[in-house]
Amino acid sequence: MDRRSFLKISGLIGGTLGAADLLTIGDALANPAADRNASLPVLDRVKAEPGEDVLIRMQRELVRAMNKPLEKRRWGMVIDTRKCVGCHSCNVGCIMENKLPPGVVYRPVIDTEVGSYPNVGRRFLPRPCMQCDNPPCVPVCPVKATWKRLDGVVVIDYNVCIGCRYCITACPYQARTFDFGENWDNNAAHGNDGGLALQTCRKYEQEPSFEYGAIWHRGEGVIPKSPVGNARKCTFCVHRLEHRQLPMCVTTCLGRATLFGDLNDPTTLVSQQTVQNNAVSLKPELGTEPKTRYLL
Amino acid sequence: MAVSSVSSIDIASPANRARLLWALWILAAIIGGLGFIERLFYGEQAADFSSYIPWGLWVAAYIYFSGLSAGAFLIAAAAYVFRIRVLEPIFRPALLLAAVTLLMGLLLIGVDLGHLERAYLVIFRPQFHSMMAWMVWLYTAYLILVVAMLWLSFRSDQPGRESEAVSNDQARLRLLAIIGVPLAIAFAGGVGALFATLAAREFWNSSLFPIFFLVGALTSGTGLVTAVVGWLWPSRDAGWKDLMTLLGRLLLVFIVIDLILEWAEFSTPSWYQIGSFYELTHYVLFGPYWYVFWLVHLLLGVIVPIVLLVKTRNPVVTGVAGALVAITFFAVRLNLVIPGLITPELRGLERAYSDPIGNRLTFAYFPSWFEWQVLLGAIAFGVALWYVAIRLLPQVFPSPARSSEVGQ
Repeated sequence: MDRRSFLKISGLIGGTLGAADLLTIGDALANPAADRNASLPVLDRVKAEPGEDVLIRMQRELVRAMNKPLEKRRWGMVIDTRKCVGCHSCNVGCIMENKLPPGVVYRPVIDTEVGSYPNVGRRFLPRPCMQCDNPPCVPVCPVKATWKRLDGVVVIDYNVCIGCRYCITACPYQARTFDFGENWDNNAAHGNDGGLALQTCRKYEQEPSFEYGAIWHRGEGVIPKSPVGNARKCTFCVHRLEHRQLPMCVTTCLGRATLFGDLNDPTTLVSQQTVQNNAVSLKPELGTEPKTRYLL
Repeated sequence: MAVSSVSSIDIASPANRARLLWALWILAAIIGGLGFIERLFYGEQAADFSSYIPWGLWVAAYIYFSGLSAGAFLIAAAAYVFRIRVLEPIFRPALLLAAVTLLMGLLLIGVDLGHLERAYLVIFRPQFHSMMAWMVWLYTAYLILVVAMLWLSFRSDQPGRESEAVSNDQARLRLLAIIGVPLAIAFAGGVGALFATLAAREFWNSSLFPIFFLVGALTSGTGLVTAVVGWLWPSRDAGWKDLMTLLGRLLLVFIVIDLILEWAEFSTPSWYQIGSFYELTHYVLFGPYWYVFWLVHLLLGVIVPIVLLVKTRNPVVTGVAGALVAITFFAVRLNLVIPGLITPELRGLERAYSDPIGNRLTFAYFPSWFEWQVLLGAIAFGVALWYVAIRLLPQVFPSPARSSEVGQ
């Protein structure tokens, strides 16, 4: 079977299963199957040793956390700004992973220049969702389309969100953006490689996003296909976590500046780093209790 | 048709003027209709609001129209509840204005939603914490109440209806008006609270905001009622003049109270010229859209109407002052919504990542042609609604004989 006919057949199957998919999405959001992949042989033969890559350690900690029930985990992220080189590969990885359209961004890297010559510096601040323990975006939603899961991740039910954008105005970190239904191929075809650019953008546009463990094909129309017309945000890649994969931004970080793990487990890297003297959260005065922290 | 001989420059005859108004309405309906069609099939892609300035012209227009509605309603209901006889004849036109302007506002907030087809979920999946949900429930209840009051009011006026039934209707109407006053206050204030409760937005997060919204509703609503009574009242007699004088005094009081509240709202947090609120006030007063505050709002919406109302009791001039207040109040609403959103919550976010396709990640906003188009469509819709209503229900305005009894 060649690739094209395989896609056709799977599209057909997908079409008939579409309705069932929709029913299971809500379920997946509420309580992702905690032990679906409990016996996944990730890193079984790699022994912990001093000086190992933090990614290996975080991967091991992730598997350990995923073997606990959902309510026993509490995901947190620590971003070491001293190690961030401003390469934006976390943002690029995030965009590719979640197939983000133009205008939607989960993890921009704020790049500021300070001082004047000869004393100048650049500061980088990657800004994913803070996954607040006390999220201001949740109680404002008129239809309960967004909530904090038991593992602390703030999620959006794309099938319920009415697109009023109240949550976007309520977030003090502007971590939510709106999907206006735009695509990279609008205006993209310019210059000599215009044709190729157009083709690539259209291909990208048809790729589904797997956020929340479901399959999302966006589309504009009289009734837009979600997540078009919805608020969108960083989810700590909960769909990847289910498969024992670290969030995309963690894996693409060149400088190992983004750390991720279970804050309920006192032995994890993030648990040890969040109590460091130089660990801070953004806008602590608002009392939002972010679970994304920064090392200065 | 006495009004035409007073207010028009006598170049156009009434028939010509009617033709001109029709032509303008048809033009607005076509332009607006195209905007609505575009909204239906292509969503909000042609709008200039964005991920960082998620609310724009339509939200400002919604709070503007809902304010007009609550203000007009409160005047009508107050006349009925407190038995202010001079104001009683405006009960029905003001009630009808309240219904029409509310529907205009709801139309605009409806097209502002990303998923209008799911709006019913606000009833079926209620979130009791959300000010947005409260606003929806309040305006739903308020709309039902206004429609019920209109229906009762017209029913009581049917020829051949027994006097006992009429007095029954009027007792019910009174009860509904008594319920309606706190409801309209909660609704008008609640729209302000929707913004004011957001701790993340310093410009909005003020306890004065809901009260400011309420007084704004009273000011703009009184302005609208004054303008409509001045323009469309069937008889130009002593009763009408008394009515206009009273409405003019009322309007003057509301303008002044609103101005005092505005002063408090702007000056208190920015007096020592420090903090982000100061920057936002500075933006409103001296930013790129300074003229919206100084010329449209302060000059045309406050100073000119105050001068007109203080200098003369001429009913037509009073009506013009009312129209100025009602129309320019849109500038106040714009200056409440947009400046709350124009500064990045984190410095440098505006340059962190851009959107070359739709420009959705900037902090610059100016309503696009498409947004104005839809607003124009909503206005054409409201005018049509009003026109059809007064055509179908000629007893909206009291007959000359009845209105002349007023004030005696």
